[in-house]
Amino acid sequence: MFLTISTTGTAAAPATDLGFLLHKHPEKAQTFSTSYGTAHVFYPEASAERTTAALLLEVDPPALVRRGKGKGRGGAPDAALAQYVNDRPYAASSLLAVALRTVFSTALRGECRTLPERAAAPLPLRVEIPAVSARGGADLVARLFEPLGWRVEAEAVPLDTRFPEWGDSRYVRLVLEGELRLADALRQIYVLLPVLDDAKHYWVSADEVDKLLRFGEGWLAEHPEQKLITRRYLSRRWALTRQANERLELARLADADDIEVEEIDNAVEDDSTGPDGETEERPAPLAVQRREAILAALRDSGAARVLDLGCGQGQLVAALLKDVRYTDIVGVDVSARALEIAARRLRLDRLSERQASRVTLLQGSLAYTDARLKGYDAAVLCEVIEHLDLPRLPALEYAVFGSARPRTVVVTTPNVEYNVRWETLPAGHARHSDHRFEWSRAEFRDWATAVAARHGYDVGLAPIGPDDPEVGPPTQMAVFTLGTTASATTHDTTKDKKKEVAA
Amino acid sequence: MTAPRTLPVTDLSLVVLIGSTGSGKSTFAARHFKPTEVISSDFCRGLVSDDENDQSATGDAFDVLHYIAGKRLAAGRRTVVDATNVQPESRKHLVALAREYDVLPIAIVLDVPEQVCAERNAGRPDRAALPRHVIQRHQRELRRSLRGLEREGFRKVHILRGTEEIEAAEIVTERRYNDLTHLTGPFDIIGDIHGCSSELETLLAALGYVDGAHPDGRTAVFVGDLVDRGPDSPGVLRRVMGMVAAGTALCVPGNHENKLGRYLKGRKVQHTHGLAETIEQLEREDARDPEFRKRVADFIDGLISHYVLDGGKLVVCHAGLPEKYHGRTSGRVRSHALYGDTTGETDEFGLPVRYPWAEDYRGRAAVVYGHTPVPNTSWINNTICLDTGAVFGGRMTALRWPEREIVDVPAERVWYEPAKPLVTEAPGGHDGRPLDLADVTGRRIVETSRMGRLAVREENAAAALEVMSRFAVDPRLLAYLPPTMAPCATSRQEGYLEHPAEAFAAYREDGVEQVVCEEKHMGSRAVALVCRDEVAAEKHFGVTGGPTGTLHTRTGRPFFDDAAVTEEVLARLRAAVTTAGLWEELSTDWLLLDAELLPWSLKASGLLRKQYAAVGAAAGAVFPAALSALDAAAARGTDVGGLLGRQRERAADAAAFTDAYRRYCWTTDGLEGVRLAPFQLLAVQGRSLTGLPHDQQLALIDRLVEADPSGLLRTTRRLLVDTSDEESVAAGVRWWLELTGEGGEGMVVKPLAALVRDAKGRLVQPGIKCRGREYLRIIYGPEYTRPEHLERLRSRFLGHKRSLALREYALGLEAVDRLAGGEPLWRVHEAVFAVLALESEPVDPRL
Repeated sequence: MFLTISTTGTAAAPATDLGFLLHKHPEKAQTFSTSYGTAHVFYPEASAERTTAALLLEVDPPALVRRGKGKGRGGAPDAALAQYVNDRPYAASSLLAVALRTVFSTALRGECRTLPERAAAPLPLRVEIPAVSARGGADLVARLFEPLGWRVEAEAVPLDTRFPEWGDSRYVRLVLEGELRLADALRQIYVLLPVLDDAKHYWVSADEVDKLLRFGEGWLAEHPEQKLITRRYLSRRWALTRQANERLELARLADADDIEVEEIDNAVEDDSTGPDGETEERPAPLAVQRREAILAALRDSGAARVLDLGCGQGQLVAALLKDVRYTDIVGVDVSARALEIAARRLRLDRLSERQASRVTLLQGSLAYTDARLKGYDAAVLCEVIEHLDLPRLPALEYAVFGSARPRTVVVTTPNVEYNVRWETLPAGHARHSDHRFEWSRAEFRDWATAVAARHGYDVGLAPIGPDDPEVGPPTQMAVFTLGTTASATTHDTTKDKKKEVAA
Repeated sequence: MTAPRTLPVTDLSLVVLIGSTGSGKSTFAARHFKPTEVISSDFCRGLVSDDENDQSATGDAFDVLHYIAGKRLAAGRRTVVDATNVQPESRKHLVALAREYDVLPIAIVLDVPEQVCAERNAGRPDRAALPRHVIQRHQRELRRSLRGLEREGFRKVHILRGTEEIEAAEIVTERRYNDLTHLTGPFDIIGDIHGCSSELETLLAALGYVDGAHPDGRTAVFVGDLVDRGPDSPGVLRRVMGMVAAGTALCVPGNHENKLGRYLKGRKVQHTHGLAETIEQLEREDARDPEFRKRVADFIDGLISHYVLDGGKLVVCHAGLPEKYHGRTSGRVRSHALYGDTTGETDEFGLPVRYPWAEDYRGRAAVVYGHTPVPNTSWINNTICLDTGAVFGGRMTALRWPEREIVDVPAERVWYEPAKPLVTEAPGGHDGRPLDLADVTGRRIVETSRMGRLAVREENAAAALEVMSRFAVDPRLLAYLPPTMAPCATSRQEGYLEHPAEAFAAYREDGVEQVVCEEKHMGSRAVALVCRDEVAAEKHFGVTGGPTGTLHTRTGRPFFDDAAVTEEVLARLRAAVTTAGLWEELSTDWLLLDAELLPWSLKASGLLRKQYAAVGAAAGAVFPAALSALDAAAARGTDVGGLLGRQRERAADAAAFTDAYRRYCWTTDGLEGVRLAPFQLLAVQGRSLTGLPHDQQLALIDRLVEADPSGLLRTTRRLLVDTSDEESVAAGVRWWLELTGEGGEGMVVKPLAALVRDAKGRLVQPGIKCRGREYLRIIYGPEYTRPEHLERLRSRFLGHKRSLALREYALGLEAVDRLAGGEPLWRVHEAVFAVLALESEPVDPRL
């Protein structure tokens, strides 16, 4: 990874002063050792008119890997393949930022004993970084540097000229020009390189907040993208702690299939996958309406022991916990990660004993029958069925209605007809990338009716959200009740008889 | 002086000492039992209250005592309870405890005069203040108890009267009757016979017995149901009784012996289920041998419900036995051993529905049993049923132990019409049942015929559950997942990390001479299941609504999101199978194929873009700028020589990296440009082909490729090599250099004979991959060939990868065997799921 800093000058204020300001002699090539490899400083040109300093970091890729703990058997490194083949040796990222701070630490502080007035004054600067890792592309690069007074030339690097259909890479060839204090320029680059990179896997230390305050002084507070810069800069830290606790099993299965782990480990929405990472803080009103409709249906059913099948991060479980009528709440999800987050959100380890005894979280799968799910009053499948491939839906149907057989089953699913009312949703697109299908009202009704008939349930359908006269509601709900079948009737009669005897 | 009295005490039992305070129980226990065998109530009182004499802590102390005793008994350890136990209520709890753990309760009473007790207590400071009336009460209660101890449930009662008798007593530890762990066989365990005397003689001869004895000193073990239904129960009894008497056989009782025994004792029993035939045969026997009846009655009376053999590795009983009952002694153990467990329901034939206890079995010991007629024997969770319905016209089956080999002979005819058809295969029903979570989650052991018991860890099963549930194709179509493959041993040749010389050497060492080198296609591993048509798919795999097979990745995900594209691939494959005439030749309606789907970019495009092409793009952008800056600095006279040279080499390495991945990428449009290279036929209807030698495999596949006019199928180039012939090995190396020189990924070396074991009987690796020097840049990074990197990379650990490859291979074979054998879905799925779970084990991903 590589960058150059150039300045122009006159006989009175020669460009070679850059050497003094950087504390690196223009006639020498010097090397410095950093945590991830060797940094070299040299000057491709050095004249009074124009002087260029180059910083080249020779990354030692095995050093990156050795940071990770080898937990594999026989001391073999245990990590996803991505650790071994990556862009770190080439693209400017946080590693180059670290090298920058190590090599030019005095300049970064704005100190120069020989030429203090030059260090304090703006210089005509030109910074070239031929490959900047930039999540957000050339556009974001401009948004970050232009407000600081730079003229920005940012050009996306194509992924592979042989395959133009692959499009652009995340790398940008960057040229910055402007009149700035050298220290400010260096600090901005130091902070913004990792922000642009937004990588989660590398280099982090506990004093990041402190560093951000120190090196952002004087320019960050006023920056229009201050929020994004702060979030991305610090997010690396949270991401890293999470990474450490995460299970690697799914990463290995992704490796086996030559796919990225995100393609299968996506049961939990990543907070930063929204448009440019903006987390939606308030719950969408539709989600609230859905929850209320489900809670109302459960109340009507008189259920006390409830299964939340596909509980995700436990939003519904939390709502059920608030109502004492539910004595036994079981959240089931196939994603171990979702369950971990649910446990954390529900604060299971800090609930009072009485409260904690009301809730259980289980890893399970509706593709299989599960004896643990038998004998409950009600089961909720809130926005679950559409995450299954259609051919596998009969297995879920049997697991829920044939095997677990709760008295009441509440199922909600999107109404695809309503999608045209969603202005942000491109035509023909599903609402969620993991939706394997979305049904119209007629399709859902047909399925629900057939399921009810096959398993001896009655079913009623209800809209959730505004019921559009033309396309119906955004979400549809079916409430199944076990009741009018022969077996259920006999069961009730025997109960009545017992009552008579008791009387 | 009193003659010493010996008290027999069973090795696994709950020994209850009974005696008033001061009667010397603790002294007695310390003298005769190990300190850890004895739990005293005083000690437990101390544990919970810091005071051994704190009577207010008695309730809690006994809870602790019962808890410890329970844990010990569950673990199969004899336990001695040192408490007064003079009250019936306290003994009642202990007898219940013994029953709970199916061990014998034994009472030892220390009946010591009141005066002696009082003197002893007086001598102990902590008990000196104990009022005399307490001892008197204990003495009264003891007296009242003495006569009723047997009735309370104690199976042995030893009463020692007076200090002299107590002093002189000796404890003798007795083995349980069912404990034959010291016998190591080898054994031939023989399934249900039901009076089929002729078949029994044939089977014994097949096993090598001559006149009831084996020349190698093997021991026959009969699982019971010797009698009823068949033509000659007396003949069978005479043979078995003779062998048992001669010490060449062991026998456990079946439910039919039990009933016959009751009949012979004059009890009233129904002459059903073939007993009538036996009675008639015995009556004919009376004339010839009037004593026979009596001998049979005695024989049956002396049979032990089950045996634990071979150091505890083998349990034989008639109807199966859960682990907690092994080596235990109680009525319910006997009842389970003879009749098995039932659900309480009856089936449409009016027969009790058997509880599939074997599905829940997770024990270490192999359980060999009979009782339930099955068409085929198969290991389930380390249990096997040997009743293959000889009397109903099936087969009579024996299991050689420890070889685990099946020996069977066909029935000569149907001797008795079965009450219901012989369809129940594995417990759980021949149709199987819907897949159950308990089949796959948690820590699991999967029984394989090739490698024994293979363990799946809980965390790996959890990850597999997620992928299997959310992304895999319909489990009914997911009959196989390919195993991972180990690379060759690390090469020391300059410039190489992997080199085929190592693979050839490895097989030579394993004693494998003929190997086949197969070109390794660099695409994505694919498994294709293709059925003749929709009807065949529904008939054999139970899928409705149109799929005629599946095409999935090595984690079971469908290759194409659009089912229509999958069907198009299957249609072309099907056409080739039809043209090649393989449906008829292999007499099958379906084929299961292992293959590689190309190009790599088809399925791995996400990874290519995000990772591989990205690395190339970053390198391509940075080096020209860096090199020209270094050139300029050098031109100015700055000493950057070393750095410049290094950067030039690194730039070249990065360019080579880009070239390496580009070879495996090309643009496709629909199926245009897509290639499928099958390299193994795994199974067809009723038959696994995993044992078919690879040259025959490839010959079949060549015919498929030739018969495909669409251009979808691609051939797999290959070369046969003799590892014992230097010239042949050199040719193999040259071939590899050519393949990889033209950009190929490399090759896989496989034993030609497919399923091969080494001299020690261990499975050898089914294949060893040798990846090309350039290809490995994709794996180890662009600069891995630099000598300093290569040296570091050479210390790689292959052990776990090799073990993983073998375990997954054995599981894959197991899945195919079970599929071909027509076993229920859950049995096939269990093995397939285990392969996926193992794929998430931690192993160096670069191997």
